[in-house]
Amino acid sequence: MSDDILTQAARWRDEGKPVALATVVETWGSAPRPVGSQLAVTAEGAFLGSVSGGCIEGAVIHAAQEVMAEGRPRMLDFGVTNEQAWEVGLACGGKIKVYVERLN
Amino acid sequence: MERSLLDRLAQDRAAKRPVVVATFLDTGEQRLLYLQGKENTQGIDHAIAEAARAAIVADKPRTIDSAQGKVFLNVFNPPLRLILVGAVHIAQALAPMAALAGFDVAIVDPRGAFATPDRFPGVSLHDAWPDEAMTALKPDLRTAVVTLTHDPKLDDPALAAALRSDAFYIGALGSKKTHAARLGRLAEAGFPEHELARIRGPLGLAIGAVSPAEIAVSALAEIIQVLRQAGPA
Repeated sequence: MSDDILTQAARWRDEGKPVALATVVETWGSAPRPVGSQLAVTAEGAFLGSVSGGCIEGAVIHAAQEVMAEGRPRMLDFGVTNEQAWEVGLACGGKIKVYVERLN
Repeated sequence: MERSLLDRLAQDRAAKRPVVVATFLDTGEQRLLYLQGKENTQGIDHAIAEAARAAIVADKPRTIDSAQGKVFLNVFNPPLRLILVGAVHIAQALAPMAALAGFDVAIVDPRGAFATPDRFPGVSLHDAWPDEAMTALKPDLRTAVVTLTHDPKLDDPALAAALRSDAFYIGALGSKKTHAARLGRLAEAGFPEHELARIRGPLGLAIGAVSPAEIAVSALAEIIQVLRQAGPA
């Protein structure tokens, strides 16, 4: 499935759209998507793939907009002990690290 | 990620070459690492290249601590494969379900009326006899083989070829009685009991499946169970 995500990311770039890639790099506990799971997103907010069961995608897409603008990769931490995670509701109780980078 | 790296990654994947995208998390620098070939490991700590190879073999992406800081190794292995012997009704349901679950599906059936593109749109079809087709397809550790024809002339040579391969799953459709007879024939052909035990028969998880689509669910569920709970290595 990640095939389609990277193919789509390349296609979006070909259309001249800014694109960011988010990748799950570490998980603890009952994380919904395994390490290596990816999501591609455009500046317009169109996205394909997933890094959780839907709990943190909103926050990741938001952060991706900033990464696209700044160009510097960023590591995002989500977990039950993290205030941000409560806000976005990581209901499973797991913890995940998501690496967000711009596709240059 | 640089576009040039993404394009090389796309080429590797099209060529079904296992590859790791190594991301140096301190700097954001990225490299592609392979199972073989030292030319691409220049400037890369030996332990990182080794860990990348191990990650490919285990099919498990992970983050490691190295002399060059934290490195995330994302594994891109070629898709799992499913070889279906018998272009029958169950195969028409199983092929698209397996494709959705990430398998590259190949269908083997020398009977022209069965293996038609109309019945199997977008699926790779092989009309050679099963022993020849299996030799060409070379099942490996990331391949599942399922026989569906009920016809010993077709099923038996396919199963024999599967048993001589590293296929992580071998399943044969048919009742307990059919399966017992099948095992008898394969034993006579020289396969010892412990090798024959690799064949799941009657195949599928016991969910009371009745229709072809339900049997396909049961078969695919068992393939995934073996994949995730037992192997591949």
